[in-house]
Amino acid sequence: MIECKEITKVYQTGDVLTTVLNKVSLRIDDREFVAIVGPSGSGKSTLMHILGALDTPTSGKYFFDGKDTGTFDDNELAELRRKKIGFVFQSFNLLARATVLRNVMLPLLYSKIPDSEREKLANEALNNVGLEKEHYYKLSNQLSGGQMQRVAIARALVNNPAIIFADEPTGNLATKQSQMVMNTFRKLNEQGHTIVLITHEHDVAQNAKRMISLRDGQIESDVAI
Amino acid sequence: MKIQDLFKEIFSAISGNKGRSGLTILGIVIGIASVIALVSLGQGAKNAIQKSIQSIGSNLIIVMPGAQRGIGAGISAGRGSAQTLTLADADAIKSNISNISGVAAVVSRRYQVTAAGNNTNTNVIGTVPDYTTVDNETIATGSFIADEQVNGSSKVAVLGPTTRDDLFGSGAEALGKSIRINNQNFKVIGVTTSKGGSGFNNPDDAVYIPITTAQHYLAGGNYISEITVSAIDQASMTTVQADITTLLLARHQISNSASADFSTLNQNDIVSAASSVTSTLTTLLAGIAGISLLVGGIGIMNMMLTTVTERTREIGLRKAIGAKRSDISLQFLMEAITLTFLGGTIGIVLGWLTSLILSRLISIQGQVTLFSILLAFGVSTAVGIIFGYYPARRAATLNPIEALRYE
Repeated sequence: MIECKEITKVYQTGDVLTTVLNKVSLRIDDREFVAIVGPSGSGKSTLMHILGALDTPTSGKYFFDGKDTGTFDDNELAELRRKKIGFVFQSFNLLARATVLRNVMLPLLYSKIPDSEREKLANEALNNVGLEKEHYYKLSNQLSGGQMQRVAIARALVNNPAIIFADEPTGNLATKQSQMVMNTFRKLNEQGHTIVLITHEHDVAQNAKRMISLRDGQIESDVAI
Repeated sequence: MKIQDLFKEIFSAISGNKGRSGLTILGIVIGIASVIALVSLGQGAKNAIQKSIQSIGSNLIIVMPGAQRGIGAGISAGRGSAQTLTLADADAIKSNISNISGVAAVVSRRYQVTAAGNNTNTNVIGTVPDYTTVDNETIATGSFIADEQVNGSSKVAVLGPTTRDDLFGSGAEALGKSIRINNQNFKVIGVTTSKGGSGFNNPDDAVYIPITTAQHYLAGGNYISEITVSAIDQASMTTVQADITTLLLARHQISNSASADFSTLNQNDIVSAASSVTSTLTTLLAGIAGISLLVGGIGIMNMMLTTVTERTREIGLRKAIGAKRSDISLQFLMEAITLTFLGGTIGIVLGWLTSLILSRLISIQGQVTLFSILLAFGVSTAVGIIFGYYPARRAATLNPIEALRYE
């Protein structure tokens, strides 16, 4: 369902050209749980940005549901992200001044879903990530790191995306909290969500069912776990 | 993005930083309030001046003597100094010109007037019975000068209420009492109604005596200082003015109107001249106040740029979850417009209050017009759009990846 063919990404800093991704080709199917691992500088974040339609490759093609995203303009990419993609970030990126519920409903602001429906969807998503109801009306900065990340997962989940990208989701969490977050991802995958996990921690990657290792902008290995 | 969602977002952003939002709004409040207050006072001053000109009478044409010139010497003693107008001129105007409702010849000069141990320096106006029609004068007690008193050069006087107060005490009975003008006794036969007014050119501070009396006992000579003619309506003023000029030129045997020994003045001209002066002043004041509005607008831009920088990660996130550029720029632009609109609303109320308070402190009655309110709303919204556009554009064009990494 997503497929990239010989994706290359080159950054230019002054006169220096840096090749971050070098002819990467891969395919991820529905219901997969993939971990993309690699040391820092291996290009895994750049790969995630391209797969997440936040960035475009310098060369190569990226197909999302069979459509060539290279032909998409800015608004079409935004629409793709809104409808098909959910993001979970290392630093949660919640709005501190908003309640948990409002944070989760944020992606729905940009789609034409009626108010009553939004609250229902947000409640379902929060319930799915296992956050207790008593927290729904708290400001997001009153929660623990693990709770915040689960709110962020609920936010990624709320518009029922085809694929969820998680960029180092446990990077800011203690072991126990991080375990809880990974359990949530596993549960979501069992429910049928496609999940792409970017991490540099091998034991976190062990939660996935397939592991793609990147090194110096190229795929080093691609194995089922 | 739905409108109500947009406003919820904006409300949450503005109320999330109350102190800064408040201070930024204050800049707009001060700008709008000063524009409203100053324009209101300018409008009030304009009305006051027009009212005071109208209170002299309506549809007036004033004929004044021309400048006195020494023979062959080309030295002018100033307009109005020549002794070229006589009572006969006034009579001729009255009997020959059509479409007029009254002609009042006037000899006026300031004299020291005394009565019962009090004295005042006031304008002594020698005139005819028609003066009441022409100059909108009404009598409170007693009567005005009558024809017989003009014909007989009677030593009678009608007092303006202010002069009455000065000479006999506030509201005191003056009828039948005697006053001395230039060491001659005059009997008070009436007091006029107050026209209101104050200061240098107070119409209530005057003494009226028969014009012949003024010529014989005070001024000397047959000359008069002014003829005031009232036309029957505003439309006929120009014709009446032209007719008077033709008549007087003929009577004075002057063929070239450029060398006329008199001049005529149309009340409409005075009103429009005064109005244009106050309009210019009002525009000037509003312009100065507008500068503070500009400064307020820069304040808005400054705050919005700070906000965009502070919320870089939020913008990145919104883009990542599917917000279009237009969603982002609309949100920040509307935030700026909301700030200026709030400032504009508070500014209008504050400006209105300021104008009310100032109206009580000074004699000008400020007037807030619908136009100035609409203008204030328009300007404050425009300030929001102009100064919000750049920050909003900056927010919309942020690269989402860099925005999400922003520390």
